[in-house]
Amino acid sequence: MPPTLTVLIAAATAGQDYSDFLRQYLTVVIMAGLAMALVGTLLGVGALLRPSRRQGDKHVTYESGVDPVGEHWSQSHVRYYVFALLFVIFDVEAVFIFPWATRLDADTELIGSGGEVLGVLGPYGTIGLIKMFLFIAVLALGLVYAWRKGVLRWM
Amino acid sequence: MSLLVTGSAIVAQQGDPLLFDVDLTAVGIVVGKVLVIFAFLLVATMFMVWFERKLISDMQNRIGPNLAGPFGILQTLADGIKFFFKEDLIPDRAQRRVFILAPFLSFVPAFLLFVVIPFGGDFNDGNAGVVTIFGRETFLQVADPPIGVLFILAMSSLAVYGAMLAGWSSGSKYPLLGSVRQSAQMISYEAAMGLAIIAVVVKTGSLSTHDIVVTQAGEGLGGILPNWGVLLTLGVPFVIFVIAATAELNRPPFDLVEAEQELVGGFHTEYSSIRFALFFLAEFMNTVTMSAIFVTLFLGGPAGPVLFGPGWLWGIIWFALKVFVFLFMFVWFRATLPRLRYDQLMDLGWKVLIPLSLGWILLLVALDLAQDQNWNLFAVGIGAAVVFFCAAMLLRAAVRSGQATRHTLEVPD
Repeated sequence: MPPTLTVLIAAATAGQDYSDFLRQYLTVVIMAGLAMALVGTLLGVGALLRPSRRQGDKHVTYESGVDPVGEHWSQSHVRYYVFALLFVIFDVEAVFIFPWATRLDADTELIGSGGEVLGVLGPYGTIGLIKMFLFIAVLALGLVYAWRKGVLRWM
Repeated sequence: MSLLVTGSAIVAQQGDPLLFDVDLTAVGIVVGKVLVIFAFLLVATMFMVWFERKLISDMQNRIGPNLAGPFGILQTLADGIKFFFKEDLIPDRAQRRVFILAPFLSFVPAFLLFVVIPFGGDFNDGNAGVVTIFGRETFLQVADPPIGVLFILAMSSLAVYGAMLAGWSSGSKYPLLGSVRQSAQMISYEAAMGLAIIAVVVKTGSLSTHDIVVTQAGEGLGGILPNWGVLLTLGVPFVIFVIAATAELNRPPFDLVEAEQELVGGFHTEYSSIRFALFFLAEFMNTVTMSAIFVTLFLGGPAGPVLFGPGWLWGIIWFALKVFVFLFMFVWFRATLPRLRYDQLMDLGWKVLIPLSLGWILLLVALDLAQDQNWNLFAVGIGAAVVFFCAAMLLRAAVRSGQATRHTLEVPD
């Protein structure tokens, strides 16, 4: 196993053993399976109970009671797409801020399976604060730029 | 270097933890908790549908559902059963596979969100919410992954796919418009929501929902106030989260996605029968879950005083009461606030909430660090307030000028 991955696992499992760590996700998978089974059951029961009489214009899409006009995939404005791009910037930024936020002013101990301390990750402290100020400033500049370019103007 | 060696030793000595040492009692407890949450969610969702209809009737001087069962409480069940007997129509123009897949994508994330919510346990006795079931110590929480908060964000992002694909695959104009609106709205407010959550993470120092609750269960300011997230983060992220969550849920006043006057029924216009019911259920389930997330992040989760009797039970009672407050709030919003215009919605999200939450994180962090490093808290506070005020004025001027020029610009073709 590559050393970096080992450190990652040690960090992720700090305070609990590895098996417990994986079991948490197994539970999530069980829950997902149960939810899918519920949806499947509901749809299945529905399919058994409901009538099915295919006739006439029942399967025409709704358009205020008249026959649908033109293509059903109408073009939507590009501005929706631009907002999606902007969102990516802010979502990627969250990837950096979240781990930083957990280690601002406290030591994080890495604890092994036997409860022994493997090592200590120091807090980011003042330097971390300054770095985050710069990071968010650059990010805000991006937002200001988009604003200035009129991307945020919705008409 | 020794760190690396010990780290790999852990992995080596345990082998594949999923294959060895399967403890049947532990498995039973997990299955039990999953079933309890499963049942709770379904009942709570049905209750929420009834509660919303009944409460909004009261607010509008109507009676509301009153025939099925006492106070009409079985009305949801009656409606649900009726859905099973309705014909299921899939439009000829629809993309059949995606059309069928979309309700799954809406429903499953709504269910999974509740997995990381601590819903009970005694947080006062120094045991941090640990309860003993059949001799095993466990939390009253289905799963406690170390990245619980990120899990919440991930699941609420996944829900966008359900709406997006449902609208796209319907082969109809209004659902497509509704789904495009919905995705733009949800992703816009998700950024603000994530930033509001970061404020809580900064103060509690953990991404695990359980640890967040444990921190909030501690003694607060002066020993009188609770140590809740809403007070730790000085209120503003809570307000941002309320607004962003309402927008995420597409509930009034942010229900542009299903604005009946413009878009018929939004992305699920073409859905009928039980397929429609799934979207409907997912929506109300999300409302319940979002209230639970509020409680977990900002109101201390199940933490609260134990008056008498077993502590873990009081955890559940406090949790249910706090969730109920938020359910009431969402219905109240719907009864009180008129719908926003789309440009107002986008302006609020991008020009107010996101800059405000970014600024607030920096303010919180600066104050936090000042306390930690023994700087002069007063000076830091004054300095931060001045900077914050200037930035707020600048932002206000920018929004004003944007609104002023809005009407003078030509609409591009």
